[in-house]
Amino acid sequence: MLDLIRLNLLETVTGLRDKKFSETELNEAYLKRIQELNPKLNAFLTVENNSQGIPVGVKDIISTQNIKTTAGSKILSNYLPPFNATVVDKLMAQSCSIIGKTNCDEFAMGSSGENSAYGPTKNPWDITKVSGGTSSGSAVAVAADSCVFALGSDTGGSIRQPASFCGVVGLKPSYGRVSRYGLIAAVSSFDTIGPITKSVADAAQVLDWISGADGYDSNCQDEKFVLQPPRLQAKVKGLRVGIPREYFGAGLDSQVKMVIEKALKQLEDLGAQLVEVSLPHSEYALAAYYIINPSEVSANMARFDGIRFGSDREDFGPEVKRRIMLGTFALSTGYYDEYYKKAAVVRTLVKQDFDKAFKLCDVIVGPVSPTVAWNLGEKMGNPLKMYLADIYTIASNLAGMPGLSIPCGFVDGLPVGLQILGRYLDEETLLKVGYAYEQATDWHKQKADL
Amino acid sequence: MITIDQVKKVAKLANITLTPEEEKLFASQLSQILGYVEKLNQVNTKNIEPTFNVTGLKNVMRTDVIGESLTQDAALQNTRPKNGFFVTKGVFEDE
Repeated sequence: MLDLIRLNLLETVTGLRDKKFSETELNEAYLKRIQELNPKLNAFLTVENNSQGIPVGVKDIISTQNIKTTAGSKILSNYLPPFNATVVDKLMAQSCSIIGKTNCDEFAMGSSGENSAYGPTKNPWDITKVSGGTSSGSAVAVAADSCVFALGSDTGGSIRQPASFCGVVGLKPSYGRVSRYGLIAAVSSFDTIGPITKSVADAAQVLDWISGADGYDSNCQDEKFVLQPPRLQAKVKGLRVGIPREYFGAGLDSQVKMVIEKALKQLEDLGAQLVEVSLPHSEYALAAYYIINPSEVSANMARFDGIRFGSDREDFGPEVKRRIMLGTFALSTGYYDEYYKKAAVVRTLVKQDFDKAFKLCDVIVGPVSPTVAWNLGEKMGNPLKMYLADIYTIASNLAGMPGLSIPCGFVDGLPVGLQILGRYLDEETLLKVGYAYEQATDWHKQKADL
Repeated sequence: MITIDQVKKVAKLANITLTPEEEKLFASQLSQILGYVEKLNQVNTKNIEPTFNVTGLKNVMRTDVIGESLTQDAALQNTRPKNGFFVTKGVFEDE
């Protein structure tokens, strides 16, 4: 008997089409899996006892009609959205169903999964370690085969980093590729919804399903991403892979560096041409990010006044309060030019770095994170230390280009993710590189012992 | 860098209540974070335009036609309404 929970999306679709199993059997298998593992992993906050549809986990910051949506916060502990996010409607039109809402750091603020008001999500490879965040539950649910695929959101790395810590595929599409309608807003100029999946081809399929304008997000491009399998599977011979020297410096763990370098060698063996590039404003990107993020957050959190929904503002967790305070300060009279405007100018310089680099290469490749998953509790006492973990992912939120994280090895039994960045709206090339690498390696076939 | 007094002022602007312990903690943590972002002053930002939006989209309009709306019940379903209205603090009454 097929172990249904091990199938990826494309295998599941084929299996259903060929009547090898039914949707009912599929849902039974996944619900049983969730029941077994959720007490240990805390990936799901809400579970739906479905019998139909391809089971998808949806990050609890994405609105699902009449299914409790908490955004990982006490403030929304009883919130029932009166509408579906566009991405949810689009998936349901493709025979998907929501098997559950996944745990996340409160209002998408964090880098480990530990800022959820409902307890941290545990890393399936080692439950004493963080899962990464803020799409913690989504990454863990996919890694633990508790759903076929999941949706997450990425504001500063929140799809890519937990995907890398959990050994699964995570795609942050270009900003403006997927409608944000129904996504509870954190940082309006960074927030991006994207898939977390068991394979690169799955990520491409989900992106095809969820992309394109809907008339409700005025910052969403009309142009959809269209999956074309021959283009996804095309060879990468001659493709130029940019290696940014600033991403291989002092902060990168030496063992992670070795794993990444092996992955780069693998790309070379596949015919890609490695090119050294420079992103000179890299050291300023994180500082710019941590001004813009809290500033926009402070504006977006203003709607939680307990009038139309939610409880009192006292119920915000400490990280959310901290960012509201920081953002309010940075935007206040006398400080706006010095902080927010200055950060916005540095944002232009970061974007220009990438524009220049992409003249010399087709994709930019490096680590997703300077380390593998750390111990639960280890960074909670020091907010700045936690922020520094985002150093390689935030630049593509500042500049808006797409980023993919794929499994590329292990350090001490913990997964390492390879980050592939592409030109704005060029998800096709980065998925092609990810696919080629994945097909030449076995990392994606390894599963945590649960 | 950030004084407790400044923390109090910002908390009022942000409509957040802080305990005295939180005020002290935030004064220290916010100072540390702002100290880190000070490095942006090293960057030559002369004649560079700020970026607020990477899509380049502007003035995205739709035709002025009535579309679907939430029903009154749906709009009120997450609060305790009074006579079909949201309940808020009085504007003209003394606090």
